Amino acid sequence: MMTFAALQTAPAATAQEIADGRGYMAAVALLATGVVALIFARRLSTRFEAWGMPIALGILILGVWDGAVVMSRSTIFPRPIEVWGAMLELVRSGRVWGDIAASLFRVTWGYLLAAAIAIPTGLVMGWYTRTFLALNPIVQGLRPISPIAWIPIAILWFGIGDGAGVFLILISSFFPICVGTTAAVRNISLVHQRSAMNFGVRGLDLFRKVILPAALPQIMTSMRLALGVAWLVIVAAEMVGMESGLGYLINDARNMGSRYDLVVATMIVIGLIGIVLDFLIRRLEHFDEVRWGYVKQ
Amino acid sequence: MNPQPSRPKVVLRGVHKYFQKKKELLHVLDDANLEVAEGEFVCLLGPSGCGKSTLLNMCAGFESIDKGSIEIDGEPVRGPNPRRVFVFQEYGIFPWMSVWDNIAFGLANRTFKEKHTIAQRYIDMVGLSGFERAFPMELSGGMKQRVEVARALAVDPDVLYMDEPFGALDSLTRLNMRSEIVRIWREEKKTVMFVTHDIDESVQIAQRVVVMSARPGRIKKVVDLSGLDHPRDLDSKEYLAARDELYEAMGVSTRIGAR
Repeated sequence: MMTFAALQTAPAATAQEIADGRGYMAAVALLATGVVALIFARRLSTRFEAWGMPIALGILILGVWDGAVVMSRSTIFPRPIEVWGAMLELVRSGRVWGDIAASLFRVTWGYLLAAAIAIPTGLVMGWYTRTFLALNPIVQGLRPISPIAWIPIAILWFGIGDGAGVFLILISSFFPICVGTTAAVRNISLVHQRSAMNFGVRGLDLFRKVILPAALPQIMTSMRLALGVAWLVIVAAEMVGMESGLGYLINDARNMGSRYDLVVATMIVIGLIGIVLDFLIRRLEHFDEVRWGYVKQ
Repeated sequence: MNPQPSRPKVVLRGVHKYFQKKKELLHVLDDANLEVAEGEFVCLLGPSGCGKSTLLNMCAGFESIDKGSIEIDGEPVRGPNPRRVFVFQEYGIFPWMSVWDNIAFGLANRTFKEKHTIAQRYIDMVGLSGFERAFPMELSGGMKQRVEVARALAVDPDVLYMDEPFGALDSLTRLNMRSEIVRIWREEKKTVMFVTHDIDESVQIAQRVVVMSARPGRIKKVVDLSGLDHPRDLDSKEYLAARDELYEAMGVSTRIGAR
């Protein structure tokens, strides 16, 4: 596995840099005034409000960031332009793709396994009171334990590698989906339950035609939540107990010569992938079979 | 011509119901006795909280009977049964199924061809042709209620229990739905038990109106309207007399604004 070259030690501040700093302050103040003026402006087109405002604010934040780094004369914390360079380096070196694949692999399998176990468990727990009474204390007892706390056990059982990652994602996704599914089933309206009983639908058909579809909108909300949690947890897990993945990349960049430009670049990659994952799972909410659950009538 | 009442279909004898509310025992239904003939259209009319819905839920097997007995065709009621279908307010249909799937819901045991024939027949009967693929959220309140009625009729039940089925509809749609339900009842010859708190609704549709009083719920009076032929003329002397009788039985004035 390739590593990164350490950053050169920075020279002391020169008069030129101090002048740059003053220039920055002026530019940032100007930008800030502009953003404030935009926020209080009376008439803006809706398209500008939706796109222009966040972009203006984003530029301002980058400006403040850059100015702060320049003025503090930090040699370790990267400037935005350096982070951009680090992004290009990540992509060009090709290393980041392997780490993205490693992280996504663990999340995908852990998450799918969790859903495959948690949804049936939640359906049964929600429908049969006895199962609920038996399992709920265990679920509620294990749920508050941070998935991070499972890392030593995961490594003990599965060693350093994908197995431990998949297991940790399984643990972290299982509880939100299981609890969400249980609650969804317990919330099925009495009228729908009685309709199903009235037509003599029972057993597997009852689950397939009534209980699962009735609970599906809420199950999907809990799955969306679980995917968010899974993506948070995998980074932490990879920082502690794995030798590949985006979390490992962050640790590696820091340990191999304080490459904070790579650290921040990786953080941005993690954020972008998180957004894409959330966007993809939200697409599922548009199907007719579940859309009723999200529309106020 | 209305179908002539024949042998009793639903028989209630000394039916009582209690609800535990915190430490208090509420007597919701007190000694209900009633016989509903096969093919008869009976309205249970009363103020809210008189136990009329509870009574209907007990007939349908959704609620237990604390005392007394309810028999259908001579058999005591033991839980819900597809021979007797409950029609809820518009929320009874499944929002995750298309109109067609909702109506075919009770037909799981039929062949594909039978399912199609039956579902289509009732879709046409309630005037929903062209909406087979639509989902309930795309329908108006009246259309959802039609889906619910069609779903109930599709399994060809003997008895329809209707619990204020038109309560959530606007008054114009409600008037139309009343005509529809009377037309369908005359075509299909089902026994109908229909709960409402709307006096006019009961006079317009029922052959017999069972008037109930509140706390504890009791059957106060039974008004026979089988002499009024359908279609009913809402301006006829007989209709108005029957309506006045029910207003009086319910203890409300027919003159708005009277002191």
